[in-house]
Amino acid sequence: MQNGEASIKKALDKKAEYGPDIDLSRYSMIREQKIIENLEEAPEDVKKRMESVGITSSKETERDGSIMFIDNRISHCSNKAPDGVEIMSLKKAMAKYDWLKDLSWKLVSPDKDKYTARTYEEDADGTFVWVKAGYHVKHPIQACMMLGTDKGMQTLHNIFVIDEGAHAEMISGCATGSHADDGVHIGVSEIYIREGAYFSYSMIHNWGPKTSVRPRTGIQMDRDSKMINNYVILNPVATVQSAPTAWLNGEGASCQFNTICLAHPGADIDSGGTVILNAPRTGAEIVSRSITKGGKMMARGHLIGNSPGVKAHLECKSIVLEDGGQTLAVPKLDTFYADVDMTHEAAVGKISQDQIEYLMSRGLSEDEAVGMIIRGFLVGGIKGLPQELTDEINAAIEQSDLGH
Amino acid sequence: MHMLEIRDLHVEAGGREILKGVNLTIDEGETVTLFGPNGSGKSTLMAAIMGYAYCKVTKGSIFYEGVDITNMPVDERAKMGIGMMMQRPPNVVGVKLGDLLQTISRNNGDVLKHAGDFKMNNHLDRDLNVGFSGGEIKRSEVLQLTAQNPKLVLLDEPESGVDLESIELIGDKIHDLLYNTELCEMGRAKANRCVSALVITHTGQILDYIGADKGYIINDGRIRCSGRPTDLLKEIREKGYKECISCRMVKLP
Repeated sequence: MQNGEASIKKALDKKAEYGPDIDLSRYSMIREQKIIENLEEAPEDVKKRMESVGITSSKETERDGSIMFIDNRISHCSNKAPDGVEIMSLKKAMAKYDWLKDLSWKLVSPDKDKYTARTYEEDADGTFVWVKAGYHVKHPIQACMMLGTDKGMQTLHNIFVIDEGAHAEMISGCATGSHADDGVHIGVSEIYIREGAYFSYSMIHNWGPKTSVRPRTGIQMDRDSKMINNYVILNPVATVQSAPTAWLNGEGASCQFNTICLAHPGADIDSGGTVILNAPRTGAEIVSRSITKGGKMMARGHLIGNSPGVKAHLECKSIVLEDGGQTLAVPKLDTFYADVDMTHEAAVGKISQDQIEYLMSRGLSEDEAVGMIIRGFLVGGIKGLPQELTDEINAAIEQSDLGH
Repeated sequence: MHMLEIRDLHVEAGGREILKGVNLTIDEGETVTLFGPNGSGKSTLMAAIMGYAYCKVTKGSIFYEGVDITNMPVDERAKMGIGMMMQRPPNVVGVKLGDLLQTISRNNGDVLKHAGDFKMNNHLDRDLNVGFSGGEIKRSEVLQLTAQNPKLVLLDEPESGVDLESIELIGDKIHDLLYNTELCEMGRAKANRCVSALVITHTGQILDYIGADKGYIINDGRIRCSGRPTDLLKEIREKGYKECISCRMVKLP
């Protein structure tokens, strides 16, 4: 899949298919950052931002491994399950494991657009996680990606391998530091889920109101593997454009993409996913729940039934709280075979007055009623959300003043 | 002072005038039943008392404990002590019955312990009304009302869609709600009762459990007659509403 160097060079100016174009020349690469040996000793402001995206520094919340990048430099790496998990910077891993070069830049094309090309040209470092065959990770692995410097650009390249029969849960927390509002985060992630493996991957975001975010993710799934991918943005951000692609190549593989978004005024969020069901008995579910509070929210979903005997469902639901923004749901179903079961469901509108008044008739104020319904709307009906993530979401909703 | 006094109430809903001048009073500790054919305006009257936005009051007023509540928001009415059991409450996906009960009771944990008495202990983690059977909806509504502890209880067909076994439980629990003396002020209780109720019933089954002091028949948006609930019910059963409406058994107050 890798393309010639010339075409990658050319792609450095190539606008992405979706999302507003970002002038990358406004941002600089910050390559030096402090090393944090022990997350408990991280500076308070860093800790606070980490915790807002589910990354814990306390010993009380169990994590089997932690890795952190501030700007473009690895700042921390620790591993409590060395028997079954490898966790290290991608550069270190590439030097250690020769086979990794066959996995690098295979699920995301360097010449896809200017963001991937730039990440390739920068020879970006990032997170490598390998959960070895048959190993079941007890507590989540956490990865923190922080923009530490104002006007800084972060380019990261991550590879995760969940080997045959392994089980793992991972939380990826993305945030800006307390002094960095304006920045660009580009994260290229290639995820390999081998036969019979299970991977739950939750990304929680807390960016600055001027931050632009361009993740590029490819996922390859082998026979009978399972993935749950949760993508959560509830805080203000400038622009996000995210469209992971999963290839379900092995029979019986299944994946679920859940997106939970809140578009604040001025935000432009374009979030979706493509699942290509390449084998019989594969299944996919793309679920998007969003609230627009004056921002722009685009929910895309594309299911491609590339084999008979597949089952897939797409669901985009959005509540519009205020005028002035835009909400657009773009569900696409695509197949060449008769024997498929593919459905979609989309709904856009306000919160039902009946529900609000029903709760108010029990003595809840309008704000309390709306808050309760919104919490339920965002997290209810989504399967496989870890409790910790639900708690984070509830806390973020509490803070976002949604009752108005 | 009446617990509830409705004066010449006109209400529009869905662009049509549904109530065309309703007068009605309920005293403290009194249970009043409302009979009437389908579409006569019974549920609209209840919804107007609760303050639902779809009921637009175009004329007249509603007084609760002497306070004009005609234009008061729903939650303020609830906080003053009005509670309603809806006939078909909406599904609220993602809101768990247990969480709502905690919020209603302002985190008084006792209410969850009572859930077992209502056979709703297995429903606390379920989304509100989603997939609930007829009986489960009613039990959930009465449980919520119990957590709310209202002084005026509006019951819209509490026995509809309920099997015979459930009706006994629901009847008993509504009885407990109406005969709750905790809310009574010293010396004000009437026959040890101070909670009032307005009940819509087609079958009168619920009256076996709670009794009733006064009955009204409503048709085409107006109160047509009043009388003893048992007499009215007998009349309706024997002759239907038409007869009853034309006869005007009792002169209106």
